Amino acid sequence: MSDHSIFTRPARFAAIAPYVWMVLFFLVPFGFVLKISLSQTAISQPPYTPVFDFAAGWASIEAAFGALSSDNFHLLLSDDLYVLSYLRSLVVAAVSTSILLAIGYPIAYGMARLPKQWQPIAMMLVIVPFWTSFLIRIYAWINILQHDGLLNQILLALRLVSAPVVWLSTDSAMYLGIVYSYLPFMILPLYAVLAKMEPALEEAAADLGASPREVFWLVTFPLSLPGVGAGVLLCFIPIVGEFVIPDLLAGSNALMIGQTLWLEFFTNKDWPVASATAIVLLALLLVPLLLYDRLQRRQLEQAR
Amino acid sequence: MAGDASNTAIVEEAEKPVPLPVLIADMPLLRIEGVVKKFGGFRAVDHLSLDIRAGEFFALLGPSGCGKTTLLRMLAGFETPDEGRILLGGTDIAQVPPHLRPVNMMFQNYALFPHLSVRDNIAFGLKRAGMARAQINARVTEMVALVKLEGFERRKPDQLSGGQKQRVALARSLARRPQVLLLDEPLAALDKKLRESTQLELMELQRRLGMTFIIVTHDQEEAMTMAGRIGVMDAGRLEQVATPRELYEAPQSRWIAEFVGDVNLFDGHVESRDAHRLTVSTRDAGTLTVAQSRYLVTKTIVSVAIRPEKVKLSRRGPATDSAAAPAINRLDGVVTDTSYLGGFTVYKVRLDSGAVVRSSMANTARLEMNAYSAGQRVVAWFTPDDCVVLEQ
Repeated sequence: MSDHSIFTRPARFAAIAPYVWMVLFFLVPFGFVLKISLSQTAISQPPYTPVFDFAAGWASIEAAFGALSSDNFHLLLSDDLYVLSYLRSLVVAAVSTSILLAIGYPIAYGMARLPKQWQPIAMMLVIVPFWTSFLIRIYAWINILQHDGLLNQILLALRLVSAPVVWLSTDSAMYLGIVYSYLPFMILPLYAVLAKMEPALEEAAADLGASPREVFWLVTFPLSLPGVGAGVLLCFIPIVGEFVIPDLLAGSNALMIGQTLWLEFFTNKDWPVASATAIVLLALLLVPLLLYDRLQRRQLEQAR
Repeated sequence: MAGDASNTAIVEEAEKPVPLPVLIADMPLLRIEGVVKKFGGFRAVDHLSLDIRAGEFFALLGPSGCGKTTLLRMLAGFETPDEGRILLGGTDIAQVPPHLRPVNMMFQNYALFPHLSVRDNIAFGLKRAGMARAQINARVTEMVALVKLEGFERRKPDQLSGGQKQRVALARSLARRPQVLLLDEPLAALDKKLRESTQLELMELQRRLGMTFIIVTHDQEEAMTMAGRIGVMDAGRLEQVATPRELYEAPQSRWIAEFVGDVNLFDGHVESRDAHRLTVSTRDAGTLTVAQSRYLVTKTIVSVAIRPEKVKLSRRGPATDSAAAPAINRLDGVVTDTSYLGGFTVYKVRLDSGAVVRSSMANTARLEMNAYSAGQRVVAWFTPDDCVVLEQ
């Protein structure tokens, strides 16, 4: 029995570890945020009530639970600011993800069809930007896009424009920044699926009379759907909550939900409303995740 | 069942197909003319020419890397020759893309579409040809019956055994009734028993459909079992094109003799010759009398090739009363090794010169009457006609 446990104990720990991690670093903080979202704002430290007073005993905790309310969630629905922020986030994420897919797919396809010895180099080129801080890269874009930046200088030098164009603080600049930053997250899962695909499948389709376009839409694309799903989720979900890129590159007339959340937390010091905003955002993002999960499960069942 | 009318129908419905080959007497269905394919500086196929007749079962045989698969891929359209022409019924198809060729291929690992059912895999090519739905259904049903897969139509490739996948691949490649069916190592993934039964089924199918089959294989037994003619390739060239029997009994070169089957080879030089016989002096087997080869041997440095089953063993040598007796080659030696293989036994005999000769003898008697054992002195003998003399 004792020499069994030598092997089973680490194995059991390895199986449990992810759950421990999830509970400690996701569920517990989530519980905090959920609790704060149901509280009232207050000018105090911390800036909300009620606070659990463990020293005062059970009655105090009971009272605290009784004081919880869903006022903050009502506020989110009643004020246009929040609804519009959510909508803008979803629209920006959807548009960006579509652009990312349209650009990322051909790149991933090209990489997967490169001679084997060139593929690791192409992969490196996709990953290399990660070696530089994300913030520095976004600041570099500000430099390029600003009034007397590189882009305007080139356009003026080529006489394509007569006066500097306003690029910075526009939606175009924001989309540019998002697409630039998230492109590797779209390319890598697509590349992984396309590189694994047996080249004989495309040849078989052509052999059976499929034109190059038919080969792509009837064989290549359907077989790459798991990669498309992974890439879309890897981009869509973080873009919805994106804060830095819209804050630095977009104008200030319309806010994404990440920016609204930041304002509530740091400018308004309204932690309860900020927490409620975060909870609703999480609920919104769970929808596509669950859909993807169901889709994958159905595919697995079909394959069985 | 493969009527000409339906052939025409499919081809006419395709996008911009190569016209249906018109068979002219004396003209082969497929003519490969001086085809060269280079990959970088490497010539995978090197000025290769070959004619294949309609209705033939032709095998391309060769070691891996000999260019046989590259040649097949050029016939399918996946590779384009750098030089030469590929004429199908008189039309040069060398530059025609694969989807416009009236040729189909069965892939080595089947390349079944994993996201489509058996039925949709088979129907894939028919849909591309723009066939009517009712016709497609009828043809799929017919193909499913042909490869005996009734009841499996809705399965996905993942849910099939290796043998079933092989059948789906075959049905899919036959569904369009191609002029020529190319088979790339079609049986390599099957186990031995299944491979043998499938070989017979493929031959039967080819005879029934009257199609032209070109198979690529590295397995000489498979090529000899199935094909009417075999082209043996090495280093991008055809070494010999012949029937299985010719290939085995009358190899054109030392390389072929060694590649196809097992062989004893003795190097030597010609001492004298007449119209029918050569006398060859060898280092290992003394002076041998051999029949003149069909490809007239003119050089003096030669090799004498004898297949192991042509080498007979006996305790005292052959009977000496026949007229041919003086010409019979006799080699004295000691049995060093015996391998019992069921139907026959392979003996290794070390000659007094030190060279080793292999002899395989059919085990015609169930009891060990005629068997020889290691250490026994024997005479290994063979007639002049048993030998093939080859230029080195």
